[in-house]
Amino acid sequence: MLQDQKYRSTLSGTLYSKLGIHVERCYQCGKCSAGCPAASAMDLKPSIILRMLQVENERYDREVLQSYTIWLCLSCHTCSTRCPMEIDIPRVMDVLRSESLRQNLIHPRAKDIVAFHVSFLNTIKRFGRLWEVGMIVEYKIRTRHFFQDVLLAPVLFLKGKLTVVPHKCVSIKQLFTWKKQESSL
Amino acid sequence: MKFGLYPGCSLEASSREYLESLRAIAPKLGLEFEEVKNWNCCGASSAHAIDHLFSVALPATILAQAEQQQLKDLVVPCAACYSRLAIAKIELTENAKVRNELQAKYHLSYTGTTNILTILDVLERVITPEVSKQLPKRFTKNVVCYYGCLLVRPQRITNVQRVEDPQQMEEIVKTIGAHPLPWGMKTECCGASFSITRTELVGKLCGRVLDDAVCRGAEAIIVACPMCHSNLDMRRSVIEHVTGKKYTIPVLFITQVIGFALGLTPAQLGMTRHFVSTESIVSTSV
Repeated sequence: MLQDQKYRSTLSGTLYSKLGIHVERCYQCGKCSAGCPAASAMDLKPSIILRMLQVENERYDREVLQSYTIWLCLSCHTCSTRCPMEIDIPRVMDVLRSESLRQNLIHPRAKDIVAFHVSFLNTIKRFGRLWEVGMIVEYKIRTRHFFQDVLLAPVLFLKGKLTVVPHKCVSIKQLFTWKKQESSL
Repeated sequence: MKFGLYPGCSLEASSREYLESLRAIAPKLGLEFEEVKNWNCCGASSAHAIDHLFSVALPATILAQAEQQQLKDLVVPCAACYSRLAIAKIELTENAKVRNELQAKYHLSYTGTTNILTILDVLERVITPEVSKQLPKRFTKNVVCYYGCLLVRPQRITNVQRVEDPQQMEEIVKTIGAHPLPWGMKTECCGASFSITRTELVGKLCGRVLDDAVCRGAEAIIVACPMCHSNLDMRRSVIEHVTGKKYTIPVLFITQVIGFALGLTPAQLGMTRHFVSTESIVSTSV
C-alpha cells in the first residue's frame, strides 16, 4: 500500500482519507463496466476511471473530473455489488461529482444534469418537499429546454399526478429552526 | 400490526396510486399506519449526487422525527426513499464525524432506534397462507416481479439473500394466486432519475425490461418502486419511440395486485391513473 503522504493531494488521496476507499484495490477485471447500464453512453468506462485514479497524476485526475461518466452514473449499485474487491464505486462517483462541481470542471454535455440536481435541491430547500411544477420550471429556465414534455403535463394534471400549488410542509429552514428551538428548551 | 409510515414525495404526486392502494388494503390486512409528522423530502438521487452532508441531513431529520413519535418500525414504500433512509442510518451509526457535524449544525437528536422496512418486508409478514385462503379473488396471472435497483442493492443496506435473483416479491404474489415467471431483468436499472434529463436512455433501458417481460409471456409487471413504475408506465410512449415497438403490458404496484385479490375495485386502487391500460388484467381476473 502506498504511503498516506503520497496520497494527499490526489483524488485517490481524498477518497482514502475521506472515506477509506482504496482505489488501488481494483485489478481491472472490468465487471463494473460490463454491468453498468449507462456504460454505452459514457466517455470513460467505470473501470477506466478507477485505473486513471490509480495512476495518481494531475492530468488524469483532471480528465476524470471533466468526464461525462461521473454525471451519467445512475447510482444503481450494480458495479459495487459485483466488484470482487468491494469498492464502493457509486460513492466514488459522488465524491468525484462534488469535486468536479467545486473546481468547475463539469463536462459541457452534463450541464443539464447538474441543472436538474440543482433545481431539485432548490425546490426541497424552498418547500421541504418536492414540488414537480416548481422544479420543472426552474430546470427549464436553467437549461432552456422549454418544449420538453409539454404535452405530458396536461395528462399528468388530469390524472391527478401534478399539483398546482406546493405541498403543505414546514420548509427545511423552518424545520431546522424548529428543531433548534426544541433542543434549547 | 402498527407501523410508522414515511410516504415520500412521489407517493403524493406522480405515484399517488401506490399510496392510495396501500391505504386501501391496509384495514383488510390488519395494518395500521402512523405517518411521520411534517416529513420532508429524503433528497432522492440529487442530494447525494452533489452534496453529501445534505444527503444525510435530510433523512436524519425524518428519522429524528420518527424517533420522537416513537415509531419503532418505519415503512418506506418508495424504494429510493428507503435506500436513502437506510444508507443515512448506517452513516449516522458508523460515522461519528458526520453525526457530530449534523448535531452541531442542525441540532438533530438521533439515536438510531427506528427500524427501516421496505413494503415487501411488511407485506410478507401479513400475507400469510391463512390470509391467502380467505381471499375473495385470486390473481391468477403470469407475472414478472421487477425489483429494480434499490430494493436489493447495496446488499449491505438491504440484506437481501440473493442479490441477483431475489425471491421476496415472488413469494408474496404466489400466495395471492399469481404465477411469477423467471426472467433476466428483475434487478436491472430502469434509468431512474434520468427520466427528465436523459429520457432516451430511460427509453432504452426500459425497452429491455419490457422486451424480456413480454418474451417470457408475462401478462403484467409487478413493481414496488415509484420510479420503476413511472418510467415503465408514464414513459411508455418514449420507450416505444426508442425501440420502435408497441407494448401493451401493464405495470402494477404490488399493493394494487394484492388489493385486487382482496376484492377492491380498480378505481379504489388508483388504476385509472395509469398511462398504460390495465383493462386486460381487470376484465379477465377471477
